[in-house]
Amino acid sequence: MREILDCDVAVVGGGIVGGSAALFLRRMGFSVTLLERDWCGAKASGVNFGGVRRQGRPLEQLPLSQRAHAIWGRLPELLGTDAEYIRSGHLKLARSEADLESLIAYRERSAGFGLDLEIVAGDEFRRRFPALGDRAVGGSLCPEDGHANPRLVSPAFARAAAAAGASVREQTPLDRVERDGDRFVLLSGEALEVRSRFLLNTAGAWSHRVADAFGEPVPLVSLHPNMAVTEPLPRFLDVNIGVEGGGVYGRQAPRGNMVVGGGRGFALDADRARPQRDAVLTLMRDAAELFPQIRHAHVIRCWTGVEGYTPDRNPIIGPSRTTPNLFHAFGFSGAGFQIGPGVGEALAELVRDGRSSAPLDAFRIDRFPPDTTATP
Amino acid sequence: MALLQRVAERGRRVVRFVLDGRPVEALEGDTILTAMLTNGDRLRRSEFADTPRAGFCLMGACQDCWVRTEDGQRLRACGSFIEDGMRLVSEGEWQS
Amino acid sequence: MSAAPHTLLKPVIVGAGPAGIRAAEALVAAGLRPVVIDEAARWGGQIYRQPPEGGFVRPKSALYGFEAGKADAVHRAMATIRDRVDYRPRTLAWNCEERALDLLCDGATEVLPFSHLILATGATDRVLPFPGWTTPGVFTLGGSQVALKFQGCAVGRRVTFLGTGPLLYLVAYQYLKAGVEVAGVFDTAPFDAQARAAAGMLRDPATLAKGLCYVGWLRAHGVTIRNNVRPVRVEGGERVEALVWTQDGREERTPCDAVAFGLGLRSETQLADLAGCRFRFDAMDRAWLPERDPAGRSSVAGVYLAGDGSGIAGADAAEAAGERAALALLEDAGLAFAHERAATLDHKLARIAAFRRALSAAFPFPDDWAGAIADDTMVCRCEGVTAGALRAVATTGQAREINRAKALTRAGMGRCQGRMCGAATTELLARALGTGPDGVGRLRAQPPIKPLPVAAEPASGGSAS
Repeated sequence: MREILDCDVAVVGGGIVGGSAALFLRRMGFSVTLLERDWCGAKASGVNFGGVRRQGRPLEQLPLSQRAHAIWGRLPELLGTDAEYIRSGHLKLARSEADLESLIAYRERSAGFGLDLEIVAGDEFRRRFPALGDRAVGGSLCPEDGHANPRLVSPAFARAAAAAGASVREQTPLDRVERDGDRFVLLSGEALEVRSRFLLNTAGAWSHRVADAFGEPVPLVSLHPNMAVTEPLPRFLDVNIGVEGGGVYGRQAPRGNMVVGGGRGFALDADRARPQRDAVLTLMRDAAELFPQIRHAHVIRCWTGVEGYTPDRNPIIGPSRTTPNLFHAFGFSGAGFQIGPGVGEALAELVRDGRSSAPLDAFRIDRFPPDTTATP
Repeated sequence: MALLQRVAERGRRVVRFVLDGRPVEALEGDTILTAMLTNGDRLRRSEFADTPRAGFCLMGACQDCWVRTEDGQRLRACGSFIEDGMRLVSEGEWQS
Repeated sequence: MSAAPHTLLKPVIVGAGPAGIRAAEALVAAGLRPVVIDEAARWGGQIYRQPPEGGFVRPKSALYGFEAGKADAVHRAMATIRDRVDYRPRTLAWNCEERALDLLCDGATEVLPFSHLILATGATDRVLPFPGWTTPGVFTLGGSQVALKFQGCAVGRRVTFLGTGPLLYLVAYQYLKAGVEVAGVFDTAPFDAQARAAAGMLRDPATLAKGLCYVGWLRAHGVTIRNNVRPVRVEGGERVEALVWTQDGREERTPCDAVAFGLGLRSETQLADLAGCRFRFDAMDRAWLPERDPAGRSSVAGVYLAGDGSGIAGADAAEAAGERAALALLEDAGLAFAHERAATLDHKLARIAAFRRALSAAFPFPDDWAGAIADDTMVCRCEGVTAGALRAVATTGQAREINRAKALTRAGMGRCQGRMCGAATTELLARALGTGPDGVGRLRAQPPIKPLPVAAEPASGGSAS
C-alpha cells in the first residue's frame, strides 16, 4: 500500500535550512511534509565546525545573516534548547599588517549592517587575547557572533517543526519528483507519495539533483572541510577564531574540547567523505601554532562532511526560473550554518507572499553562465 | 593509600620520581600507572565530574589513565614507563 | 591477482599477539618480509604479554600457568623470525586511508603503504556499567590480569571478581595463587547454563578440564563462588570499599578494596572499519564484526582478518587464524602455499568455533541489564553520559540509531571512541526502542582510532627496516 500525503509544502532535505523552513511554515499555518533520506541534521548542517558568524560574509549575505542572528537569539524559545549557543564573539585574526588593512576595509564596507565590528591591535590585542599565539598582529572582533553545537542545533529545527505539526520523514530518500498540473508529486520508493502545492529544494550538496529534475542544471561541487577536536582542556578561549585569508579556524566548546578546522577531506563516494591524513597533520601543526595551549593535547576525533559549493561561493536562494512554486536554497559553500535559519524564514515568506523581505537577487539560480563549472 | 599491591618482582632497581610534589619511589619496569598507584589511589580526576579515576583496562583501550606531568605533557599511564626524575600530577587541572 | 615478485609485495600485519606472530611466521616462511606493527613494547599480545625487559624474574610457568608452553612457543616463533620481519613495537596504527596505514611511534607519524594488510588487532574486556564502576579500584578482568602478569601487582589486597566468562575464574585463580585474598567470585551466568553447556565443551576436554581445575582450586581454598549474580553498586567514593550484589533477588554486601570485572571480550574493529571492510552483526558476540571468509579474507581485496579482533575465539584459534590468513594472502598473491596445511587449519578453526559456541552458552550475556540499570548510572565514562540520557533520546524519537545517539548525547564521542560504552549503549538503545542489539546500527570508527598528540611530527627519513 502506498501512503499518500497531501500538503501545502514539500521540503526536500532536513538540514538547518529545510528544518527551519518547515518550522516557520508551520508557524504560518501551512501543512508541511519534510523528506530526509538520512537523519535530519546529520549531514553538513550537523557536522560543520559550529561557527555562528556573520563577520566576513559577502555584503549581499548580511541582510539574511542579520535576520538569522535574530533567530539564533530566540533558540530556546523556538527549539526548547540553547544547543550550546553562546554569543562569545568572533575574532578574525590578521597575520600581517596587510591582512589587518583588509579587516579594516571590511569593517568600513559593512558599516551599515549592524555587525559592530571592532578592530583590536597591538598591545591592546595582546592584553585582551592573551591566549592567542604570536602569529597574529591584531584582529577584528564581532562581539555578538559566537558558536554552537551543530549536532544539537540542526536536528532540533526539524524536531521543532515536527512538534509544530510538520510531517517529518527520515530515512526517506526522494526517488522521483515531477510536476503534475499545479502540484508536485514526490515519490520515495513504492511506499510514499507526497503531493504538494509548493516544493522547497534544501537538499544541501545533493540539491543539484532536484534542480536538474526541473531543467535547471547548476554548477555545484562537493567539498569536504577537514575538522578535528581535542580532548577537553581547561578553558582558555571563549571567542570563535577565524583567520583573514583562510587557513585554520578554532573554537573551544563549553566543555573544554578545542574544535579546529582547516584543509579538506576527501570523498569516499557521492555521499560520504573522510578526513585526509595530510590535511589532519597540517591542521594540527597550524592549530598548535595559533593556540599554544593545545600543544600538549591530543586530537581524539577527526571528521568531515559533504558541502555544496558554487563558483562564486554565494548560495542559490530563491524561485526556480523554470517551475512555479519551486524554491531553491543550497550551495552555501561552507558557510550555511549561521545563515541557515534566516534562509529558512525567507523561504517561508516566499511561499506565503511570493517574495522575501530580504534581498535575494544576488542568489538567483540563473546567475551563472551556462558553461560555468564550480572549482574546488 | 596505595591502590596496587606488589605481590612479586620486587627485586628491581628503584626509580625515584615526584608525585604531586612529593618525592616517591617505584621500580624500574613499572608503568606510570603502577608507579602512581603503588604510591596513591588515583591517576587523575574526571574533567566533567571531578571524581577520581585510576585507569580501568590497563591495555590501552579505555583511555581513562591519561596523566599529566608538571610541565603539561600528557602520558597514557598504562602504556608508558616510569623514569627517574619524572614529575607527575594526579590533581585535577580543572578549577571547579 | 597475478604473481608478483616478492620484493614488490609489502605485507603489513597489525598486532603481535598469537594471530599476528603466526601470520608473520607463515609469510616469512614463504620468503616475504612483513612489517609487524604492535602497540606493546614486546611481542606476545595481551594473552601472552611479556613482562618489561630488565629485572623481572618470574618464569613463564608462573606467568602463564597451563598456557606456558603455548606462550613460550609463540614467543620463540617471533624471536626466530625477528631478523626477517620489519618489527615496529610501541607503534600505534591510528588511521587507514587509501591502502596505507598511519603510524605513530615515539611522537612521530609515518605513512606506511601496504600491498596486503593482516589485521590481528585483538580484543579487550566487554563491560556493562553499574553504579560506582568508575571508582578507583574497579578494573577490568583483563586489566587485573595485566597488573599481575606484567607488573607483579595485585589491583587490591582483597579483590572481588565479577562478571562472566572463562577469564573470571582464570584471573581469580591466578590472584589466589599469587597470595591475594579473593573476596568472592560472582558470576552473572546462571549455574544451570554451565551445566547445560558442559556437553558441548567436551569437544575440547583439555580446556574444560582447566576451567574445572580453576573452579575446584578456588572452592578448595574456601572462595565464595556465586552464580546468577547482578552487581548493585560499588561503595566508596575515592576508592572501593565494598561490592553490593544480588543473587536471586537477595542483596548482599562484600567488603573489598578492588573489583575485577568483565563480561567476556569485545573485538577491536576500528582499523577494519577505516580500511573499508563490510561488517555484519554477529549474534554470538552481540557485536558488529568485519566479515571474513573461513580463511580470513575481508570484503576488501588484500585485507585479511585474524584472531579476536574480528570475532572472539581465543588464543588457539588466533594462532590458527593468523597462519591461515597468511596462507590466503599467499594464495591471492599468486605464490605457493601449503594447501594441506590450510585444510588442517580450516578443520581446527571449525572445531574451535563449535567449542566456542558451547562456551558462549555457558557464560551468557546478561541481557536483562539494559532494562534494569538505573537512569543515573554513568554509561560513557569518557564523557559522563548517563543511561537516562541515552534512554531519553531513544524514547523521545530523537535517536533510532547509535551514531545519532552518539551525536546527541556524546556517548562514544570521548577518548575511547565507544570501546568501553559501545556495548552498553547498544543494549540500552535496543531495549528502549524495542528492538534487538542488531537493530540500532553500528558505531562508526573515526580517525585517529586512539588519541593522537597535536604535537606529532612527520617522521624524518624513510622506514627503518
